[in-house]
Amino acid sequence: MTDKILKAMTLKGKAAAGRKSPAATYAFVIAAYAVLELFIRTGVMSSHLQGLLVPMVYYAIVAVGLNICVGILGELSLGHAGFMCIGAFGSAVFSLLTDGVLPDGLRFLFAFLVGVALSTLFGFLIGIPVLRLNGDYLAIVTLAFGEIIKNLLNALYLGIDENGLHASLSNQMALGLSPDGKMLINGAMGVTGTPHDANFTISVVVLLIALFFAQNLVHSKHGRAIMAIRDNRIAAESIGINIVRYKMQAFTISAAIAGAAGVLFSHNISTLQATSQNFGYNVSIMILVYVVLGGIGNLRGSVIAASVLYLLPELLRGLNKYRMLIYSIVLIAVMIFNWAPAAITWRENLAAKIRAGRHGRKENA
Amino acid sequence: MKKTSRIISAVMVSAMAVSMLAGCGSSSTGSASSTAASTAAASADTESAAASGATFKIGAIGPLTGGAAAYGNAVCNAAELAAKEINANGGMNGYQVEVKTEDDELDNQKSVNAYNTLKDWGMQMLVGPTTSACSIAVSEYTKDDNMFQITPSGSAVDCVKYDNVFRVCFSDPAQGTASADYIAEHQLASKIGIIYDSSDVYSSGITQNFVTEAQAKGLTIVSQEAFTADNKTDFSVQLQKAKDGGADLVFLPIYYTEASLILQQANTMGYKPTFFGCDGLDGILSVDNFDTSLAEGVMLLTPFAADADDDLTRNFVAAYEKDYGGTPNQFAADSYDAMYAIKAAVEKANITPDMSVSDICEAMKTAMTQITIDGLTSSGMTWQASGEPNKEPKAVIIKNGAYVSAE
Amino acid sequence: MSFLTSLVNGLSLGSIYAIIALGYTMVYGIAKMLNFAHGDFIMVGSYIIFICVSTAGLPPAVGILLAIILCTLLGIGTEKVAYKPLRHAKSNLAVLITAIGVSYLLENLALLIFGADTKSFTNVVTWPGLTLFGGQLRIQGVTIVTILVSLAILIVLQLFINHTKNGQAMLAVAQDQGAATLMGIDVNKTISLTFAIGSGLAAIAGALLCSAYPSLTPYTGAMPGIKAFVAAVLGGIGSIPGAMIGGLVLGIVEILSKTYISSQLSDAIVFGILVVVLLVKPTGLLGKVTQEKV
Repeated sequence: MTDKILKAMTLKGKAAAGRKSPAATYAFVIAAYAVLELFIRTGVMSSHLQGLLVPMVYYAIVAVGLNICVGILGELSLGHAGFMCIGAFGSAVFSLLTDGVLPDGLRFLFAFLVGVALSTLFGFLIGIPVLRLNGDYLAIVTLAFGEIIKNLLNALYLGIDENGLHASLSNQMALGLSPDGKMLINGAMGVTGTPHDANFTISVVVLLIALFFAQNLVHSKHGRAIMAIRDNRIAAESIGINIVRYKMQAFTISAAIAGAAGVLFSHNISTLQATSQNFGYNVSIMILVYVVLGGIGNLRGSVIAASVLYLLPELLRGLNKYRMLIYSIVLIAVMIFNWAPAAITWRENLAAKIRAGRHGRKENA
Repeated sequence: MKKTSRIISAVMVSAMAVSMLAGCGSSSTGSASSTAASTAAASADTESAAASGATFKIGAIGPLTGGAAAYGNAVCNAAELAAKEINANGGMNGYQVEVKTEDDELDNQKSVNAYNTLKDWGMQMLVGPTTSACSIAVSEYTKDDNMFQITPSGSAVDCVKYDNVFRVCFSDPAQGTASADYIAEHQLASKIGIIYDSSDVYSSGITQNFVTEAQAKGLTIVSQEAFTADNKTDFSVQLQKAKDGGADLVFLPIYYTEASLILQQANTMGYKPTFFGCDGLDGILSVDNFDTSLAEGVMLLTPFAADADDDLTRNFVAAYEKDYGGTPNQFAADSYDAMYAIKAAVEKANITPDMSVSDICEAMKTAMTQITIDGLTSSGMTWQASGEPNKEPKAVIIKNGAYVSAE
Repeated sequence: MSFLTSLVNGLSLGSIYAIIALGYTMVYGIAKMLNFAHGDFIMVGSYIIFICVSTAGLPPAVGILLAIILCTLLGIGTEKVAYKPLRHAKSNLAVLITAIGVSYLLENLALLIFGADTKSFTNVVTWPGLTLFGGQLRIQGVTIVTILVSLAILIVLQLFINHTKNGQAMLAVAQDQGAATLMGIDVNKTISLTFAIGSGLAAIAGALLCSAYPSLTPYTGAMPGIKAFVAAVLGGIGSIPGAMIGGLVLGIVEILSKTYISSQLSDAIVFGILVVVLLVKPTGLLGKVTQEKV
């Protein structure tokens, strides 16, 4: 009964979310993958572009994760880089511990699971206080948690020797590590020596898994409940939807997907530091830009927007010092073009005119 | 809504198409002869690219935008300046040099992207990246490509862990240990306060080693206070703690931007200990509009001082100021020396631009250990096979708004 | 005594956060948007003063006045070009992203024009300050001026909003734009005025921030901007006294946590306090609780 009401309620929401059939999204990703892989195989693609593929995909993944939070749940999060950070550090430490112990493939699989599990756990724990808040207050608290995670990891020293794990929040000396012990996280110097396990194919597989979870959530009873909360919390509550439970569910899944992107992040590059460039609030904001530009609630849009916007500043490298300036101008222009009501009307009129013109021509012929 | 997203997709797809062209375009500039034939991996592509050129192609990487832009710009400008001079004086081993600079925004991943861009351009040797973490990240790739890399200012231990990587600056442990030794030896102080950037690799690296060595030498550290990249305007607490602990020397293993603020704040609170820093402090006198009287008595262990009066330094500073405005700092000096080290090694091993990247690297590895150059950052500089330079840190003290040798 | 010293340092930092937060909160309350570029207006103002005072040798007062005027114009211009077209967009995230774009634009323009090197700012407050308790407690002139200026701004803003026609118009627009239009209030003009005041305040904040912490780069405004945003939320975003209190609390907590807990973890502690406050009072210290109507 509840579900029927929900279906009716979210009919409007569905249209607004602009969701297309899930199969089309998978097909799109796989087709794009095939084309790019073909370029790599035939040697047409420059090594610069090849190097961009993995980061491009993990930002697409985290954008899909954030879109669940922003588009489906309707809550603005400015802390998703923090979840990415947890996934990255958790999996990197695991990989360091098991390097040489487990076979490579298995080690990465477990590292992936550990990273995702940790970010899921943190998503859950942080979700408990955060989801009690609303609107911009929620946004600022997610930003706060992102910064707290970054700050703590910057101050964290973790090492291992024959007596087990040692941790300290002050300095390396406080660990009391025996001489043949191994530093795992060395404060601001972070983690070094993470094996280079991620590649384009693995990243795309992770993206497909993330999309699978996201699409399934959207099209399930749970998804409809979550969108009902987004569209009208009070009405949703009145038909007996457990607000807290569904909000938590969406937020945790969103964090888990961000953590998966973090695993790819740390296994694509040998050094990992919790700097502002990697996991600060500005990164969370950058991911939000991907989500908004790709269309709020539009998962495929997130993938496309993240890919293009990650590539854009890289491809503007030829412009040298003007590239970030051009990037910012493009960003403002695209936002106004895509979102301003006046621009939308103008575009619709233009489209109508073109259509009318075409019809006119047909009739004449 | 559907239409909107379709239009977005159209924009995106066209951008993507442009991107492909741009990507191909940049790779073909370096290897016009090879793109058609080559279906092999990109490294082979760059190697054949080298074969067709008659110039050495050297890349430089650093943060050109963002909060650390001052350092990256210094490295990239000085590399360009050195190339210009080398070309005017007959080039390297008789061949002209081309330098191309790329921005990494102080981001490890972007640094690798910058490296790949340069590789597509046909780079044969790399000067950079400017910062430690980026340098370590890129060295994983230069090792795989067997590309010669010399980082001007990547000071972390791990920067030179592969045998194809060399550096110009001192390593963090060398600086931390040398500072503690110097303070103990000259009995500058018995109680020491430290203010360092806990979010920075360079600063925490030196601090760790300084503390270990200071304790071994019987120095007392009364306060060890941190700041972070997000929290670096107010230093009143850190200074107050050093003051309350009775520190008569404050060790500043940080960069000059923050140090200039610390000096100003110490002055307003009336705290006047000896300030002692490492090479990051060089540049403090050239901060635009900075009251240099505040830096009076500051000591630093640095290999370079912009107002040294040897001809080499004077010419370099004059040329740099003319071309880029502003006084060069130690990053610029390190990068300038890196270029001349490459020149010396190239000539030593008789390397020519038509050799493959890997052959150049192999020849450079040996040649680097055989050369001796008189650079801006030290005279009689030599290199060990491990990649570490042999040079003596010079202690300088600021007197009357100028660096003076402390000996 | 060291506690008092810390308290004074905290007040100094906090009152600067407060002035920035006042600008944030005004714009948020009336235009209902988070102007992420606000911190960069501070940077622009500071550069203008730097050029006037240090390069052109003009008296500081002229520099500050010029900075206020130019920042005000820049604020109005930015609103007209970049924010206004998106005022009625389907999602209020659109204008947030545009504000981020404006922030990147200003930072990169400054980087191109002024270069990346740090400039040392000349203190515009020449008064050395007070020394109390026989030299044990020193309060800098700029600290006292900052506190007085932020109080003055608070009082003037309160008077302006509650006792002038334009101020009342702002309140009306803040409450309901549609109804305000029906009452004959020119919403466009009111929002322009809000941006003008907010940006002018940013110029003043720039002068005081860079006088107290005299180092100027293209990224000077970014972090204080975010901290002030946190302060505005802490005090209850949209509330003018709230921004003042939020700023002061944030500054004092930041300094005290560095003094008594850990300088490495002070960022985490400051943000942790924000989380705790919002959990106890979900709309900030002085935020209004809006009743949800069914």
